[in-house]
Amino acid sequence: MTKDNTPITRRKFIEHLRSYEKGSISRRHFLGATGLGTAMAVMGGAMPGLIPGRARAQDLGDRVVLATWPNYHDTANFDNFTDATGVYSQVNVFGSNEEMLAKLQAGGSGWDVFVPTNYAISTYVKADLIEPLDLSKLPNYDPAAFDQRFADAGTIDGTVYAVPKNWGTTGIAFNSAKTGGVVDSWKTFFDGARDQFDGRVMVHDYQLTTIGNALVYFGHSFNSVDEAELADAEKLLIDVKPHLFAISSDYQPSMRNGDAWLTMCWTGDGKQMNSDMPEIGFALGKEGGEIWSDYYAIPKDAPHREAAYALINYLLDPEVNAREALAHGYPVADARTNALLPEDLLSDPILYPAAERLSPLEFGAAVTLTDPNRAELMARFKSA
Amino acid sequence: MAMAQTRARALLLTPAGLWYAALLLFPLAVVLIFSFGERNPIGGYAPGFTLEQYANLPARFAAFRNTLTLAPLGTVAALLIAYPLAYYLALRVSPRWKTTLLILVIVPFWTSILIRSYAWIYLLGGNGIPALLEAFGLGDIRLINTPFAVLVGIVYGYLPLMVFPIYVALEKLDKSLLEAASDLGTPPWRSFLQITLPLSMPGVLTGSMLVFILLTGEFLIPAILGGGKVFFVGNALVDLFLQSRNWAFGSAVAVALIVIMLIVVALYTRVVKRFGASRDDVGLM
Repeated sequence: MTKDNTPITRRKFIEHLRSYEKGSISRRHFLGATGLGTAMAVMGGAMPGLIPGRARAQDLGDRVVLATWPNYHDTANFDNFTDATGVYSQVNVFGSNEEMLAKLQAGGSGWDVFVPTNYAISTYVKADLIEPLDLSKLPNYDPAAFDQRFADAGTIDGTVYAVPKNWGTTGIAFNSAKTGGVVDSWKTFFDGARDQFDGRVMVHDYQLTTIGNALVYFGHSFNSVDEAELADAEKLLIDVKPHLFAISSDYQPSMRNGDAWLTMCWTGDGKQMNSDMPEIGFALGKEGGEIWSDYYAIPKDAPHREAAYALINYLLDPEVNAREALAHGYPVADARTNALLPEDLLSDPILYPAAERLSPLEFGAAVTLTDPNRAELMARFKSA
Repeated sequence: MAMAQTRARALLLTPAGLWYAALLLFPLAVVLIFSFGERNPIGGYAPGFTLEQYANLPARFAAFRNTLTLAPLGTVAALLIAYPLAYYLALRVSPRWKTTLLILVIVPFWTSILIRSYAWIYLLGGNGIPALLEAFGLGDIRLINTPFAVLVGIVYGYLPLMVFPIYVALEKLDKSLLEAASDLGTPPWRSFLQITLPLSMPGVLTGSMLVFILLTGEFLIPAILGGGKVFFVGNALVDLFLQSRNWAFGSAVAVALIVIMLIVVALYTRVVKRFGASRDDVGLM
């Protein structure tokens, strides 16, 4: 992609988004369902000959393994990193924080860097699965430059375990040509699913957001683990299920071809669809919903620890980070990076909703990741 | 001499035996042990001895029901489509074209089932076959994310596995039997029912077993073409190990699936054997 850091025009930004969208086959659901990320890790490990290595920087090794989310990086940055250090980045993509936790718990993941979401980090620390970061090896991380709302989940009891990558929201994407206007409430979302939008609504295949937004419908907290409140959410979800188009986090294809009219949607997906098809809009539920932030962290058993620090430090370089943001369309919490981004991206209402729209949103709570009742509720909903 | 022979046999069987023990028996033992354990508070496995996981099996009733209806249905549908095709390839087509046509049956295997299932999303989606049907006045037909879509996907995906065993059985068929029947005035449909079909039964049995067993463990096609609404036991297992991380319960579900599969396969083999045997009796009379 861009070789320099000159500000990029809106047209060029759309071009980037388009080309990235065209190349994107693998998505959360797809990978979640297939375990393809693991297959890639196994194949790469079994056939090191397939990996272009350069024994230039002996101290870093020739490889670093990154576990991240789909469509979340500018691949050119990895090539540049290899050119600069001789370290090849092997990228594995995953479908949920639950799946990442399962892989790390099972041991032998082989990951050097991974990208947990805010609410998952304390569990990793408690389970002794990630190591405190040696900030002297991350000179590009300047805590003062980061908006604390999107950085503080990386610090547990005064120790920094993770540094911020991006943040975003989980809202509603709607096809206004079919829905007849903006859909900006979970009430309309779930009631419409059983009425005027019958057979056209998608919910995530992800317990946090699907259960969370069903809870918000009743005015409960997005993070509730209260049994009576969860029972409300379950009743709603099971009642809605026969009317849904799909339970899937791979909603872009169905939204784009018009089969689905409404879906739960993450910021970057909303931005991508809206850029290509202006009739697809993105709104936050006015009752509430999720705001989140993702982080870089290093597992305890990382086989290439030095290379892991080098990669995180490289990706936190404001110029590199700006190219990342242009490729994936998610907001960045780093003021130094934002200074390099085009003005219309920084004022985009999908990426940066008005403060009063953000205020009812909640960050995911740690308990939701491990609560057995939420996990089993989701399973009952899916297998009903 | 005899000693040396025994030793050689033991030596030759060792690699297969080790393979079998390390990759089949050991993992199975782990699953069995896990199935009596508990879920770790943060997910995963915690040691224990409880039958709670097995008692909880009815919670996945729908998954077992879906698998145990769609897997046999898919097997039968694949058989009905594969048999005429295999028959044509083995007995009707000219030798000049045979190889080409056989290769065409394998060609889809060169592409990942993942990619091919994604193609079906578009074929069965609103702009695909339903749009075509609408042009003929059949409005608002939804195909994608239904059990029917999953059925189409699994039959499509596993068809070659059904075609080949039947083809091999029919290919080996002694043609002189058919000529003799014809010389004695047997109508073609009768010689098919009394000669061709019984003699191809081993192929039918093998193909059905292959397809049925793989279908009971299927999770990819239901996930992609069922839109998460047509839930197989395979999907339940993926979720239990990777999402809700209840490895103990997941192991119990896996054990239950293996047991059910063994019972079904045993019954099926028995039925087919009896069918073959009774035919021999008829033939002797």
